[in-house]
Amino acid sequence: MIVADKKPIEEIIEEVKNNEKILILGCNECVTVCEAGGKKEVGVLASALRMYFLNQSKEVKIDEITLERQCDHEYLEEIRDVMDQYDAVVSIACGVGVQFMAEKYHSTPIYPGVDTCFLGVTEERGLWTERCQACGHCILASTGGICPIARCAKRVLNGPCGGSAKGKCEIDKEIDCAWQLIIDRLEALDRLDEYEALCPLKDWSTDRAGGPRKVVREDVQQ
Amino acid sequence: MKVKTPSKLEKILAAGHYAVTSEVGPPRGSDPENITKKAEMIKDYVDAINVTDNQTSVTRMCSLAACIRLKLMGLEPVLQMVTRDRNRIALQSDILGAASYDIHNILCLSGDHQSFGDCAQGQNVHDLDSMQLIQTARYMRDEGKFLGGGDIGRPPNMFVGAAANPFADPFEIRVPRLAKKVAAGVEFIQSQCIYNMEKFELWLKMSGDRGLLDNVYILAGVTPFKSAGMARYMKNRVPGIEVPDELVKRMADTPKEKQPEEGINICIEQIEHLKGVEGVHGFHVMAIEWEEMVPEIVERSGLYPRPTVE
Repeated sequence: MIVADKKPIEEIIEEVKNNEKILILGCNECVTVCEAGGKKEVGVLASALRMYFLNQSKEVKIDEITLERQCDHEYLEEIRDVMDQYDAVVSIACGVGVQFMAEKYHSTPIYPGVDTCFLGVTEERGLWTERCQACGHCILASTGGICPIARCAKRVLNGPCGGSAKGKCEIDKEIDCAWQLIIDRLEALDRLDEYEALCPLKDWSTDRAGGPRKVVREDVQQ
Repeated sequence: MKVKTPSKLEKILAAGHYAVTSEVGPPRGSDPENITKKAEMIKDYVDAINVTDNQTSVTRMCSLAACIRLKLMGLEPVLQMVTRDRNRIALQSDILGAASYDIHNILCLSGDHQSFGDCAQGQNVHDLDSMQLIQTARYMRDEGKFLGGGDIGRPPNMFVGAAANPFADPFEIRVPRLAKKVAAGVEFIQSQCIYNMEKFELWLKMSGDRGLLDNVYILAGVTPFKSAGMARYMKNRVPGIEVPDELVKRMADTPKEKQPEEGINICIEQIEHLKGVEGVHGFHVMAIEWEEMVPEIVERSGLYPRPTVE
């Protein structure tokens, strides 16, 4: 899933403090799972803002809506009829949702209410960690199913670097060395001999380096 | 091994002499004297001088410019290049720039993470990793081509090196990792500072058993302790360095004013010991902020005068 984290309330207040009719827009997908932008968080943020404006003796209308998703036209269309009631929207979907809202509702300011962090997993409640950087060409088949691009601080493709100590990364003792994990996994798979295959220079043109990306699937179009 | 480049370092190794290298770190400023003075101090005692590339991710004068300074003094630089700060365009471009000054040695590294340095908020590049930089330098030299396939006019002619750390984790892949670097085309290795002789010798033996040492020269890295505090720091704080307790104790049991001398003594004993170890082809003396001791270390280790080669 796309993992996001709540923005500090001060930052959101700064975004919307001059507005009078604000919609807090949640998303029922990834950001709900990572407890940053679902229905519950919409309620919490709306309450905090109401409190702030009350303390400022300002009358501000704050409404709450949570859509099924903010990355599909059909769900964003569900609020078309009410959008004219607001002079600002705080979207607490990921950055994708914020932008898709802004594209669709061109004349309404859409502010981000979360920081979009990474593609990751729920390790335990309250702990989400990164697994994928969406480089556009998956190499997991040759790395024992563990991604050095997402999980090595230097995205070293032929690791580990000299900074691997006792299975941890040189930048932080809390972070596993991705290459230690890869080696352990190759060992468990009885495939450690594969470690010696040199990983060739990566074609980063499918990554961010190649510019904004798209996937076109003619077979599913229409 | 057959000599493939005009590198003096390669010629000395190929002639069967113990090679001696050391290093200078460029300054946090643009004063060229900082580099030339350090080089002047050690030049007659080493065959080649490594120039570090923004080591520990602290911004400094660039390695290439400092190497050119050494070259203009008639010395033999080893251009250290990390993959942290440059993409494949910049890496190839800097290799050509170095080649235009007939810099004949390159050491391919990934570099410390930027979070250790003075620009912790900066991006890192790592378009290539150190193994891929080895491949790139060899490809440019041997094929005379850019990674993009175009021909290089006057290709670089560099002796290609890399680092190896027998003490990093996990130990079981330390030899396979060297094998990988050899397969990538590395020609010489400068090892991490060695204090745990037993482990280093085991690594070397295992590497030799696999036939790796027929294809690569190993320069054993040594670093003298300036004090007992430094020995403790290296033991406890520096990842990938192993300092046996008895060495820390030996430094700590020495009166403070005698500790620098004891550190040098230990370093010389280490070199003497390593001279007897099969597979050691030379020494990389890293006297950190203590360059002035390199002549004494080299001289007392019986490695002076340095040989001359054609």
